[in-house]
This record gives sequence, structure tokens and C-alpha cells, in this order.
Amino acid sequence: MQPLERYASLLADYDAFQAACERPLPSVVRVNTLKASIERARDALDAASVAYEATDWHPGVLRLEERGPGTSWPYFHGWLHGQEEVSALPALALDPQPGEVVWDACAAPGSKTTQIADLMDDEGLLVGNDNNLGRLSALRHNAERLGITNLAVTNQDARNFSFKPFGDRSEDEKRIEAFDRALVDAPCSCEGTIRKNPDALERWSMDHIKGIVGIQKGILRRAIQATRPGGTVVYSTCTFAPEENEAVLDHALEEADCEIREWDAPEGFETDPGVTEWNGEEYDPAVELAHRVYPHRNDTGGFFCAKLEVTA
Amino acid sequence: MSDGDASDDLTDAEAVDGVSDADAGTGDTADPPENDGQRFDRLPATADERVVPGRPTREELLEWWEQRYGIPPETWDGHTFWEKGNGKLWAFAADVVSPIPVEGLGLRILRARQEHWKPSTNAVQRFGTDATRNVVVLDSEEATRFAKGEDQELPRWDGDWGYVIAAHEIAGDSEASETPRATGEAGDVEPIGVGLYLHGELRSTVPKGRREDLS
Repeated sequence: MQPLERYASLLADYDAFQAACERPLPSVVRVNTLKASIERARDALDAASVAYEATDWHPGVLRLEERGPGTSWPYFHGWLHGQEEVSALPALALDPQPGEVVWDACAAPGSKTTQIADLMDDEGLLVGNDNNLGRLSALRHNAERLGITNLAVTNQDARNFSFKPFGDRSEDEKRIEAFDRALVDAPCSCEGTIRKNPDALERWSMDHIKGIVGIQKGILRRAIQATRPGGTVVYSTCTFAPEENEAVLDHALEEADCEIREWDAPEGFETDPGVTEWNGEEYDPAVELAHRVYPHRNDTGGFFCAKLEVTA
Repeated sequence: MSDGDASDDLTDAEAVDGVSDADAGTGDTADPPENDGQRFDRLPATADERVVPGRPTREELLEWWEQRYGIPPETWDGHTFWEKGNGKLWAFAADVVSPIPVEGLGLRILRARQEHWKPSTNAVQRFGTDATRNVVVLDSEEATRFAKGEDQELPRWDGDWGYVIAAHEIAGDSEASETPRATGEAGDVEPIGVGLYLHGELRSTVPKGRREDLS
């Protein structure tokens, strides 16, 4: 738990934060409305005597009381997807619309990707990219189980993502050369997953964070470049480290054509503003518009999420 | 069933049928283009537009779903169809350049280029709700066995042999009927997956990665 002590200075109620980090996470599923309505899925769970409680902030995000979701008919039919509660946040911030062209830069294993497809009503083009070929099979398996048909899966380094497979710079009228929206759910030090994975901090080091920050900046920069002016980019991580969160946003605000936009977290879901100072560093005041999610606020994992608009 | 790749329920067809992929090549010196397994190619609309020998057309595909399962052609109005791998067909909710070298494009819906086309579990779960033919409605116990991947005797089925849609009633059905029917439409039941009906036996083709013990 040592690394998390860094955050005592950010939290007046650090003890509550620490206590929450030591509790296991409830098992949570999201209803896949491409295959069943929230009402139908909940009725089927009731009939199968699977006890659950809807979260305060989303009627289709359900906390199960006991067994995992795999052993029920609603799950078998692809009406449900196991997804950590807090990770439902970035797709809501992204707010993808049916018919748009949307990029998920670090998509595998696909919880957020499949939620984006659901929000798009399976219409338009969703490009799910991941640099790890092995993890792509999990992404494909999840997407197919949920009946998604608008997903193209690519295996590229997101920092240098190329539209070449999509016919850019050709005369083809079906070519794609920009995204309307992009999600960068970046690889990170995963401090916020401590409740799910008690080993999450075993390999924690400042050197590791310094290394990963470069990747985060590179992916966010490419996402901003690849999104049309006026389009939306959401940046998220499952870590508390300001080096990987506000500092990465600060860098993007300085180097790329973007601005952070205000986005209200769902009613009933409590978040903290981004921090503007950390370890003697000062960040652009706009990073306050980002959302920090601490485990003790909503009894979830930890998270960070910010919404940006591409300005040129 | 010798399904080595749990994530790929389309490979079952070979094991079941013992039919190898039809080779499109003719061996002539002026070789016609062949299917390229590294990329997706959009299916030609009709046979007149076919360039790659043996490649199914959109028209054939729509006819097949309608003839075999009664799924109306307009079900697919929003989808394009693609081939990657020999005979593996995908339904995609958008349109993009063809060919396109990506890892996945929509949903694998069936295996063609063999005598009996085989729909995928995921295809019938998503689109089989519109089926009006070759839907085998299972009772609770039968459905549980099917989801586990077990084969079972089912002499009551008097419909076609071959690949059928196995379905069941599930609580929460918006239009659930009072009594389960032995045969019929899928409109008020939920598709579970694809069965192979032969000699009074219903074989489950649910791929390993999708099987569950729901008893």
C-alpha cells in the first residue's frame, strides 16, 4: 500500500480511501442493450434468482450479490457483460452517436469498446485498436458474444496509428481519414485496480510511471491529430498518479490543438476535480475539469477521466 | 466435436461435415484471383459482379438466410458482407474500402464454400430472432444440455435435417407465449445457438469458449 500514501496530501479523508482500497470489489455487469432491454435483462435475472442491485447512477449497471455473471442464461445470450463499474464512465463521457466514426485506441479486452458500440446503437464505424495481438482475440470474442457488427479491429501502435488500411489519400469514396470521437483509455500504473487485483502495486515504481507517461502522451497526441476539428477525445486511466493524468493533459493542452471541456459525471456518481499542483509542478488550471474517482466515494475502483475537444 | 479453437465456432463445420474447403482455383495457367486470407473483401452484389471464383454473393447470402430460416432479406439492409479466410463470411454495419487489411470486421456470421453452409452461434443469437423456419424450440432441460455443448436425442423434430437454430423461452421475453411449441418460429423464443440435426439427434455446435453449465 506504500505507493498510495503519496495521496494522503490530496485527500482529507485518506483513512476512508485506504480502507476502501483494502475491500474487494463487488461483481458488476452492464446490460448490452443491443441484445436485450435493461428491463428484459433485469426480469430474466429476477427469474433466474440472480440477486443484484442497480447502481445509483445507471439502471443498466448492476451489482451482483454473489456468483459471477457467466453462469446465467442472460449472460449466455449476450445480454450482460462483466465490467468494472467505474470503467463505464469514459464511454459516457465520449457520448458517441449512431453513425459516427469512433476510435478506441487501446481497446482490448473490450469492455469500454463494447459499451461504445452499444451507445452507437451498432451504427456507424467503431475502430477498436490494440497493439497486443494476443489481447485482440479477447476483444473480438467479447464483441461477437455481444452481437456487435459495427466494429473494425486493428492491431497497430496507437501512437503511430495509420488510416492506410482505411484507404486514406486514395480516391475511394469510402475512405476514412479522421475520427469524430476517440477514446484513449491509456495503459497506466493501474493503482486504481488494487481492489480487483491486490498485486497491482507490486511492480510499482516511479521509473515505470516515467516510462509509461511517454506512451500516454504519444497516444493522446495521435488521438487528437486523428480526430476532426470539433470532435471529442476522452482520456482515461485507472490510476491516481497525477504524473499519468493531469500532467499528460497539461502536456496535450500545450502541444496539441485541444481544450478540456466540462463534463458532468452521472448524477449520483461522486468525483473529485483534477489537481492543478503536484510535487512542485503546476498544471494548466483547466485540468480541474477532469474527474478523479476515488474508491471510497462510490465504492468502486479508482479512475481518472477527462473530456477534450479538438480545436483545429 | 474436435473444435480446437474455442474462439472460432466456424471451424466446427469441417469437423461435422467432413467437407474440406472447396478450392476455388482451377489450375489453369491464367489463374483467376483467389481469396486472400490476410484481408477482408466485400462480397459481390450478384454473380455478374463476381471476380473471385467460388466467392458467395450478397444476393446468395440473403436468399440463403431467407430460404433456410425465413429471415427477411431486409434484415440485412444496414449491413455489408465480407470474406476473410476461405469461406468465412462477416456482416459489418458500415461500409469501408475493399479490400481492407484489418483483424476483424463486424461479426462472423457463417461458413460458406462447403456443401452445407453453417451459421455461427453469435449470428443466430443476434439475427435468429427473426427466423420463422428451422427453429427447434427446446425445453428447459434440453436447453441446458445444449448450452453445455452436449448432443441429445430429439426424435420429435420433423423439420429439415442440417443446421437448425436452437431456441428456448426465457423469462423476460416481451412476447412470451403460454406454451412452448415443438417447432416453429423464433419470434417469441430466444435463439441459443446452432444445432446440427441428423438421424434423430440434435448436436450442439456451441463453441467451447461459449459453453456454460447453466443447470
